[in-house]
Amino acid sequence: MAVSVDERFAPLPNREQTAERITTPPISFAADAWRRFKANPMAVLGLVVLLIFLIACFIGPLLTPQDPTTQNLAMRDQPPSAQHWFGTDAHGRDLFERTLYGGRISLAVAFFAGLLQLVVGVTYGATAGLLGGRWDNVMMRIVDIIDTIPLTIYVILLAVIMGQGLTSIFIAIGIVYWTSMARLVRAQVLSLKEQEFMLAARALGASRKRLVLRHLIPNAMAPIVVELTFSIPRAMFTEAFLSFIGLGVSAPMASWGVLASNGFEGLRSYPWELAFPAVAIILVSLAFNFIGDGLRDALDPKLRR
Amino acid sequence: MARYLMQRIVTMFVVAFVVVTATFFLMRALPGGPFSSERNVPEAILKNLERRYNLDKPLHEQYIDYVKGVIVWDLGPSFKYKGLTVNDVINRGFPVSAKLGGISLLVSIVIGIPLGIAGAMKHNSVGDRTISGLAILTAAAPSFVIAGVLQYVFAYKLRWFPSATWGGGQLRYMVLPVLALSSYNLAWIVKLTRSSMLEVINQDYIRTARAKGLREIVIVYRHMIKNAMVPVVASLAPMTASILTGSFIVENVFGIPGIGREFVQSITNRDYTVTLGMTVFFCLLLVGFTLLADIALAIIDPRVRLEKEG
Repeated sequence: MAVSVDERFAPLPNREQTAERITTPPISFAADAWRRFKANPMAVLGLVVLLIFLIACFIGPLLTPQDPTTQNLAMRDQPPSAQHWFGTDAHGRDLFERTLYGGRISLAVAFFAGLLQLVVGVTYGATAGLLGGRWDNVMMRIVDIIDTIPLTIYVILLAVIMGQGLTSIFIAIGIVYWTSMARLVRAQVLSLKEQEFMLAARALGASRKRLVLRHLIPNAMAPIVVELTFSIPRAMFTEAFLSFIGLGVSAPMASWGVLASNGFEGLRSYPWELAFPAVAIILVSLAFNFIGDGLRDALDPKLRR
Repeated sequence: MARYLMQRIVTMFVVAFVVVTATFFLMRALPGGPFSSERNVPEAILKNLERRYNLDKPLHEQYIDYVKGVIVWDLGPSFKYKGLTVNDVINRGFPVSAKLGGISLLVSIVIGIPLGIAGAMKHNSVGDRTISGLAILTAAAPSFVIAGVLQYVFAYKLRWFPSATWGGGQLRYMVLPVLALSSYNLAWIVKLTRSSMLEVINQDYIRTARAKGLREIVIVYRHMIKNAMVPVVASLAPMTASILTGSFIVENVFGIPGIGREFVQSITNRDYTVTLGMTVFFCLLLVGFTLLADIALAIIDPRVRLEKEG
């Protein structure tokens, strides 16, 4: 095969156009974040565990023959066996089935609280921090007031008005659960808004919306995500606490908190009745933590390459 | 600073007043009085009881009386504990909870902040990974699970520590409750300190400080830690207030006669005045600590110019 000399030395196409072309395709922030999230094995593991729990709790009970509310007093407090994978509780109900059903409530509470923190807490805290001065003062005093009235009073009151149960817990958590996020975001914004890049952005004429969305929130994202991953489990714990003092969902429904608090009563003799719901809570909390860590690294604009 | 302080103290009282008002009316909106659960009480006795506790007056007069009482720190009689005032209930419960909570908080801060800093300084080392791993695991377990595990392992199985007795607060009775109470806050402080330090370490002013040839110890203490402490200090205020006012679960599991247990009992007993009084008490603590945290923030973070904006 003869190679033509002329072909090998053909002139390149017009260099003026190609010299400044950007060769790698531009990558959006979300795509970049996802790429970095995937690179973190623990974060992916957390996501997988969370998905497994979601599927198990929301679809699993449809496939299993046991019923979570059937009592069998002859089979009380049985240790785990082939028939009852997690053993049975003090009323002879299958604990595996009850753990799956309980997860629905606990996970729903967790997601609701997380969403609320992101939407209400971040907006509120950022607004207070940005406005500063008198507005900030008034807004944060409102947060103080909401915070100082104990959750239990809201829950009791709502339980009286609406009847005890899931809706009251949702609303009570809705009233109080964004305040710690608001505090944190405000503190971050107060600290960030005095920094030079904010001054630069303002000097360049960035709108207030752009300042918040492109500069403040991304820079405050790391603490926000850390707070979120710690507080989603905390909402689950709160629900468990309310169950513990008898203000949670009522029988025959059961959340992981109810199961754990029931298990607590027989701790000395039947430790597995506490162990299984407790392990479920811990695994989901861990999953959230790993996801949060992955997200923190993925979302940090300072780590973006 | 003085003007800012005055302003904050005034708003503190406004907040306290609003909380007193809101809680007062919220509690009165609950159906079922403190005496409704008791067996058929004759009408005359019920009337007498209501007169004894001022429940026969119109609501607004009760409210005014209550506010007057709060001002002189007389929170009224307890409905359920005969012969005890709310002040008595707080006075006997709070020292126990505060002692336990104070020790737990100290443990969390003294161990948590150095661990978080050490983890960030040796980022991704074996030590760092171990510390964060443990912190994550601890924070993932609710307090009753930790309390339960501690109780099961150390009190039931190993029998190292007594179970579910307070024993007047001697050291060996406090070990397990303190562990249970501090675990979550400890993990939280470690994680927050570490992530905050990691943020700071990559800042330009740290590079500047290095370029200036400052000694490493000055960089770490003056430039890194001081800046990294901002979110940590901000989060300490609600943490301190809530830990000092006790944890119902830990107090319940370990049989501690603290204020957290009294509070939950008062709610289930419909003991209005105790619930109300404790809410006011808790509110004052929280607002007080928030004020302290704000002052501390202004001192450690020169970027927060509270005085100029106030």
